[in-house]
Amino acid sequence: MYSSTVMDHFKNPRNVGEIENADGIGEVGNPLCGDMMTIYLKIEEDAIKDIKFKTFGCGAAIAVSSMLTEMAKGKTLAEAKKITNKSVAAALEGLPKNKLHCSNLGADALHLAIQDYEDKKAGIVRPKPKREEKHEHDHEEGGKCHCPYCNIEVTEDDLFCVGCGKMLKKLH
Amino acid sequence: MKPINLDYLSANPLLPEVQEAMIAAIRANLGNPSSPHQVGDQAAETLEKARESMARLINSPSPQEIIFTSGGTESINQAIKGVALANTKKGKHIITSNIEHNAVLRTIRRLRMMDFKVTSVSVDENGRVNPADIAKAITEETILVTVMHSNNEIGTLQPIEEIARITREQKIPFHCDAVTSVGVVPVDVQRLGVDLLSFSANQFYGPSGVGGLYIRSGTSLWPLLDGGVQENNKRAGTENLIGIIGLGVAAESAVREMESRNHHCLRLKKKLIQGLKNHIEDIFINGHPELSLPNLVSVSIRYIEGEGIVLMLDEEKILVSTRSACAAGALQASHVLLAINRDFADAQGTLVITFGKETTEADIDRFLLVLKNVVQTLRAMSPLYKK
Repeated sequence: MYSSTVMDHFKNPRNVGEIENADGIGEVGNPLCGDMMTIYLKIEEDAIKDIKFKTFGCGAAIAVSSMLTEMAKGKTLAEAKKITNKSVAAALEGLPKNKLHCSNLGADALHLAIQDYEDKKAGIVRPKPKREEKHEHDHEEGGKCHCPYCNIEVTEDDLFCVGCGKMLKKLH
Repeated sequence: MKPINLDYLSANPLLPEVQEAMIAAIRANLGNPSSPHQVGDQAAETLEKARESMARLINSPSPQEIIFTSGGTESINQAIKGVALANTKKGKHIITSNIEHNAVLRTIRRLRMMDFKVTSVSVDENGRVNPADIAKAITEETILVTVMHSNNEIGTLQPIEEIARITREQKIPFHCDAVTSVGVVPVDVQRLGVDLLSFSANQFYGPSGVGGLYIRSGTSLWPLLDGGVQENNKRAGTENLIGIIGLGVAAESAVREMESRNHHCLRLKKKLIQGLKNHIEDIFINGHPELSLPNLVSVSIRYIEGEGIVLMLDEEKILVSTRSACAAGALQASHVLLAINRDFADAQGTLVITFGKETTEADIDRFLLVLKNVVQTLRAMSPLYKK
């Protein structure tokens, strides 16, 4: 299922952990989707002196985090900003198609961590992004409701989506 | 090192006697049971012998009430679509539970596209359906109730007899998906009182690709497959005789060995659950503590994700299954785990451990030891783990 590079990074992940008093922290993902990633940066002279990650997720998500930290370490911030999810996946010799959407979040987390560092430097305070995603009711009373996962029409009192089997009650 | 198989649910190993019977059948060049000549007659005799063995396993009053299919999925599709299509003039309402297998859920989805209405009854935190909820959901339009015998993710057994009492009183056909129960725990169609019951050979050490459906005589349903008059005119197509022979032999040995297999499995299950509780903090054992399959343990390991656990165990040659969204391919948390109130993150870290007659206590010991290390490694990586 996974390339040998992915398996190598999954089995021997590089740069796992947290950095105390990190200069920048970036968090992406939520448990609803399946994967969560946190990137910690230590910056010196506008370059990434040290980088660590914590990840909750599948083999691909862990390998992505590990590869990303290897790619970013030692780079200037300008260089690091050029790292994309695509280039991380390419460095891993590809990821299974269904993992590209949810597990390939490493570069997003890195960019958020860099932004966090730059915000702090500039004195900007941004609200922390929420991790939990909720199904928002955007339709009128009595209107049609659709499953947030597979988009099939469901009714107000459906406990689960007959399309994908997903529970709806908690989100509804 | 020999691999440790704790993923019996995916496919049971074939019993040696099943292998031998199937190989002999391949070598014998069996004919077509529908042919009128002697070779055909002999094939038909072999077919009926397997049907009799299967009838004994589920205590079907007549072997003719059993049809063979390509497995659990076909049986379930046949039962639900067959009853639905045969009864459209009476109504278009179906009742089910919210922890059914996808073979049931997606079959019902298809029918919903044809204007069938569905009521899905919730389960309690142990995964049990309350029969009173089924009774309450019945309307004049109800033409089918379908509830599984045991759940394939958490092992919980359902009160099928009680539900059948309600459906019989109301004269509504009742289908029971018993795929994970038949050949594992006692399933007696007469005692249960169901009208239709699905089963699959690969859950009781028989081959994959063959299963069947019990159809109480007098139950009206449309065939899924039209063509020849095979299987009592209910399932067209030349029978998969070699597979059915394997199923028959597996059914015979299930009748013989069920008690001793379950005695063995229950001992392993108890040891496994105790070991999980002793070795790993912050876990949930899912499913009913007593009314549950003897060969299945579902455990949610908090703060980590299941696919990672499976891959790391695989490196140590230990096979288990997970219900994490990532591994499922569908990228959705298990509807069964959400139905019993696990949250999304905990559902992600859920393993389904299934075992059988060849599993030893030493296998369980090694699994627990390796799992403990794997959990430690993954938790050290997890942003959710704050210890």
